[in-house]
Amino acid sequence: MIGRPSTSRAAAAFSAGRVGAMVLRYVYILRGSWPRIVELAYWPLMQVVLWGFISKFLATNSSWVAQGAGVLIGAALLWDVLFRGQLGFSISFLEEMWSRNLANLFISPLRPYEFVAALTLMSLIRTLIGVVPAAFLAILFYGYSVFDLGLPLVAFFFLLMMMGWAVGLVITALIMRFGLGAEGLAWIAIFALAPLSGVFYPVAILPDWLQVVSWALPSAYVFEGMRAVIFDGTLRVDHLVRALALDIVYIAAAGAYFLHTFHVARRKGLLMGIGE
Amino acid sequence: MDDHPEGEDPAPTPAPAPAPAITVHDLTKSFGATKSFGAVKAVDGISFTIARGETAALLGANGAGKTTTIAMLVGLLIADGGTITVLGEDMARHRYRVLGRINLSSPYIDLPRRLTVEENLAVFARLYGVENISRRIEELAEELELGPLLRRPSGTLSSGQRSRMALAKALINRPEVLFLDEPTASLDPDTADRIRTYLAAYRARENATIFMASHNMAEVERMCTTVMIMKAGRIERSGTPRQLIAQTGCSNLEEVFLDIVRGRAAQ
Repeated sequence: MIGRPSTSRAAAAFSAGRVGAMVLRYVYILRGSWPRIVELAYWPLMQVVLWGFISKFLATNSSWVAQGAGVLIGAALLWDVLFRGQLGFSISFLEEMWSRNLANLFISPLRPYEFVAALTLMSLIRTLIGVVPAAFLAILFYGYSVFDLGLPLVAFFFLLMMMGWAVGLVITALIMRFGLGAEGLAWIAIFALAPLSGVFYPVAILPDWLQVVSWALPSAYVFEGMRAVIFDGTLRVDHLVRALALDIVYIAAAGAYFLHTFHVARRKGLLMGIGE
Repeated sequence: MDDHPEGEDPAPTPAPAPAPAITVHDLTKSFGATKSFGAVKAVDGISFTIARGETAALLGANGAGKTTTIAMLVGLLIADGGTITVLGEDMARHRYRVLGRINLSSPYIDLPRRLTVEENLAVFARLYGVENISRRIEELAEELELGPLLRRPSGTLSSGQRSRMALAKALINRPEVLFLDEPTASLDPDTADRIRTYLAAYRARENATIFMASHNMAEVERMCTTVMIMKAGRIERSGTPRQLIAQTGCSNLEEVFLDIVRGRAAQ
C-alpha cells in the first residue's frame, strides 16, 4: 500500500534514513535562504581579513609572529572551527524551537540520539561552508595556506569539532530545559573558553591556577599543537591524544546530560509548550 | 493423539481479538509544584478504552486537561501515574513500537515555515519510513486540495491552508490511530465540512481510530461514537452523543457540555 511505513523500519533502534531526513530538513532551510549561507561564511571571512592585517603588521614588529608565519591566521581559522562547530549544532536545534516543530519530531519514530546525529552532521556541513572559503581567502590575500599544516590539520579540525559538539550538546540541552530565554547561550557561551584555550598565545602566559583549567580543555592542546607544528615543525602526538581523550569524556558527559534533559522535558511538558 | 478425525480440517482457531486502540487506566499528571503553590492536577485519575475503528472525542473547557491527555497518549509527556496502552503496547516502555503507527495534528505545534509544503511532507515521510514518498504526497495533495500549494513556503499559507497541511503531515504514514486537537478550528465551514467527510472516509477505509479534542459540538455529534467530557482533569461523563443527551435531558451535545462545565448536570 502506498504510504504505509514499514513497521520494522519505523521501530528500528537506529535509522540512517531518519537521520538523513533531518539533515535534508536543514539543507532545505539553507537552500531556500541565501542570506543564511552568506552569514555562515561572513564571520570567518572577516576574521581572516582582520587577523591577516594584524599578522602583516606584527610580522615586522614582533619576532614571535615573524618566526611563525601565519600563526595568527591559522589560530583564527581554527578558532572558527570550534565556534562554528558549536554554533552549527545549536542553531539547527534552535530552528526547531523557532518553528515550534519539536513535538512533531518527537511523536515520530525519531530517536533523540538520531536527532543528535543529524545536528552533528549539520554542524560539520555548516562549519565547512563557513571556514573553507575563509581558508582560501587567506591564501589569496596573504599567501598563507592553513593546508600547509598537512595531516595534523585534519586532526586539529576534528578535535575542535568534537569539542564544539560537546559544548553544543550542553547548550542545546539548556535551551530545551529553559526555552528560548537561553537562546543567547548559543551565540556567546563558547567565547568564555577563548581566553583559556590559548588561541593566540601560549597557555604558559596564563596564571598558574588558570593553566590548570586551560589544560582541561581539548582546545588548549590543539592550539599548542598547532604552534608546535608552525614554529618547530613537530607534531605533538601527546597533545592530540590528550585532546581526544578529553573530547570523548566531554561528549559522553554532554550526551548523557542531553538525554537526561530530554527526559525532564517530557516529564514537564516542555516539548509541546505545555506544563511549566 | 490427533483430536481431529482424518480427512477433516481442524476448525479454524479464532484469531485473537485485536487489542483496543487505546486503553488508559487511572492516568494522572500534575504541573508546577513550588514552595509557594501546590501542584495543579491537570489530569486526575482518568480511565477509558477506545476500540479500533472508533472515533472518540475528549471535550472540556479550556484547561480541563484535554491537550495534556493527548500529549501523554502520544508519548510527548510522561504521566505521573497510571498506564497508557496504544495498539497493544505500553507507551511508558515501548512507545517506539507504536510511534510509526500513530500521528497527531495540533494547533499547539507547527511545521517549519521556511520549508515548502512539499518539503515538509517529504521530511516527515522519511521520518516515518513511508515508501513511495512522491506518490503519497500527490495522493494527500489531491485528497486535501493541497496541489497548488505544494511549492509554496508554509509560512505564506493562510491558517486554514496550514491546518490542511498539518493534517496532511498527520496522515503521511496512514496512521492506525490519528490524534487530532481541534482539527477544524481555523477552517471555513465549507472546508471544515469537507475535512470531516474526508476523515470519516479515512477512518472507514483504513479501519483507523480517531481520537480528537474539539470545542465544536456539532462536529463531535456528527463524527464521534464515544464522547468524554472532562472537567478539572477528570472525566465527568462519557458515552455516545445520544446517551449523553438522553441522560441529561438536554436537546443537544452543546447543552450537555454547558450543563456539565457549569455544574448544572444531574449526577
